[in-house]
Amino acid sequence: MKTKIAIIGGGPAGLAAAIAAKEAGVEEVLIIERDRVLGGILNQCIHNGFGLHTFKEELTGPEYAARFIEKAKELNVEALLNTIVIDISRDKVITAMSAEKGVFTIEAEAIVLAMGCRERPRGALNTPGYRPAGIYSAGTAQRYVNIEGKMPGHDVVILGSGDIGLIMARRMTLEGAKVHAVAELMPYSGGLKRNIVQCLDDFDIPLKLSTTVVDIAGKDRVESVTLAKVDAKNKPIPGTEEIIKCDTLLLSCGLLPENELSSQMGVDLSPITGGPRVDESLETDIDGVFACGNVLHVHDLVDYVSKEATEAGEHAAEFVKGASKRDSEAAIGIETGNGVRYTVPVCIRKSRLRDLLTVRFRVGNVYKDPEICVYLGDKCIQRRKKQICAPGEMEQVILKKTDIEAMNSGETIRIAIENESK
Amino acid sequence: METRHLTCIGCPMGCQLTVTFEPGNRDSVKVTGNTCKRGELYAIDEVTNPTRTVTGTVRLKNRHMKVAPVKTKTPVPKDKIFDVAEAMMKIELEAPVRIGDIACADVCGTGSDLVVTGNID
Repeated sequence: MKTKIAIIGGGPAGLAAAIAAKEAGVEEVLIIERDRVLGGILNQCIHNGFGLHTFKEELTGPEYAARFIEKAKELNVEALLNTIVIDISRDKVITAMSAEKGVFTIEAEAIVLAMGCRERPRGALNTPGYRPAGIYSAGTAQRYVNIEGKMPGHDVVILGSGDIGLIMARRMTLEGAKVHAVAELMPYSGGLKRNIVQCLDDFDIPLKLSTTVVDIAGKDRVESVTLAKVDAKNKPIPGTEEIIKCDTLLLSCGLLPENELSSQMGVDLSPITGGPRVDESLETDIDGVFACGNVLHVHDLVDYVSKEATEAGEHAAEFVKGASKRDSEAAIGIETGNGVRYTVPVCIRKSRLRDLLTVRFRVGNVYKDPEICVYLGDKCIQRRKKQICAPGEMEQVILKKTDIEAMNSGETIRIAIENESK
Repeated sequence: METRHLTCIGCPMGCQLTVTFEPGNRDSVKVTGNTCKRGELYAIDEVTNPTRTVTGTVRLKNRHMKVAPVKTKTPVPKDKIFDVAEAMMKIELEAPVRIGDIACADVCGTGSDLVVTGNID
C-alpha cells in the first residue's frame, strides 16, 4: 500500500492534521487508528468545556470530535480503523496490523505523528502495598463509566489532582459513588480552577494538598488506603497518617507522550517533554516526519491541539509537494531562559518561516505578576505582563518573520520569565 | 446579610472571593478579594443564580453494556444536579442515536432538554 501522507492516530491531532493536508490539496491522506472509531480520547471526555476558542461555544468531547470527523468525511480522508502501527522505518515504511489484513506495510512520502499520550501508571509511582483489584488510572475508569457503562467501584480515593482526576471525582459522584478525598503530592493542584470548584467544591469533596498515598491495604480488592502529609522534599511525615476505607483508588498523576514508535524509528526526543524535538514546521530531525498534539507535548486545551495539528498538516502538505525541503541552512536555536521549562519548536530556519510563528511553552513554577520576555540575541523585543503563569497552563509567544530575518548570524532566541513578584 | 467564600474560576489566579449579600437581592451583592471585573460577575451569579451544565450517560437498550453520552442543553440550577443525574439513570434509548437527539424533554422541570452528545450507530 502507498500513500502521500500517513497520519498515525485518529484523535483530535490526527483529524486536524488530515483535514489541513487535504485542504492544502494533497489527494492521498491516510489516517491509521487503532480504535474502532475516530476521535481518540475525546469520545470518553463527555463533560463540556471543549471548543470555546475554536467554535465559540462549549461542547462536550464527542461533539467536538464529531465536527472534525464530519469534516474529514466530507473531504474524503481515508481512515484505516482497528489497525495498530507496530513499526515505522526511517525511510517511512509503516508496518501495521489488523484482524482483517494481518500484518502489512504502507509506504508514505510524509508522516505525521499524532499518537497522543498515556497516563503515568501505578508502576511509575512507587506506591507501596499489594496489587489488589480496584486500582485504576483515572482515564481507564473514565472509559469504563462513560463508554462501557460500568462502575469500577463505589468508595473512591483519588491520588493526583490533574484534570482527569477532578473530572472523575464528579463523574463517580453523579453515578452514586462516594469520593472520600483527592490527594495531591504538590502544594498546589495542576488542575484548572474551574474543575476544582465545579468538580470538588460543588460536591464537598476534600482536596488534600501536600499529601500522598503511603499504603494500600487489601490483597484481592482494595480495602483501604493510607494518606500522609509530605514535607518540602515530598517525604511522608510520620504521625500524619490517615486511613480511608475504600474499594477503589484512581490515579491521576500526569500524562506522558506516547513515543515508542518515534523512538523506535530514531526520532530525536526531548527529555523534558518526552516528545520529538521539532523545528518551525513541526518537523522532527527526520525529513518528512512531523509531530503534533499530545505526542509532541501535553496540552491542556484541545483547541490548541487542533491548531498545532493544522499547522503540522499544512507543513506535511508542503513537504510532499516538494516546496519545503530542508537544505543546509543553519537553524536558529530557541533557548529556555529563567522559568521556562521547554519550548515547541526548539529551532527555526529563516527561509521556511511564515509571517508569524507561535512558540508554545510551559513554565516550571507558579509566578505572580511576571513578564514574558523574548530576546533576539541580546535585544529584548517583547515584554508581556501577565497576572499569573502556572505549570498547568500552556503559554505562547508570537514571533514575527521580519524580526527573525533581521537577526545576525550566530545569535539565538531566548524566552524567559522576569520581574515576578516574590 | 449572608457571607460566603468562593474561589474564582475565571483564570488560574483563583482569587479567594468574599461575598456578602441579602438572599434574593442581586443589587445587595458586595464582592471583595477579586482582582478583576470577571471575579465580581462570577461571584454575583454564583450567589444569586448558580447554574451548571450537567453531563452523563444513558443506557442503550439494544447495545449490550453500552451507553450514550448526554448533556443538559442549557445550564440548569445547581441544586438540580443530582435530580438530573438520577433521571439519567432511568432513561433508556434505542441505538442508533445522533448528536442532538432529545433523550428527555424538560428534564426534572428545569426547562432544559437532555440531549445526546455522541453519534452511536
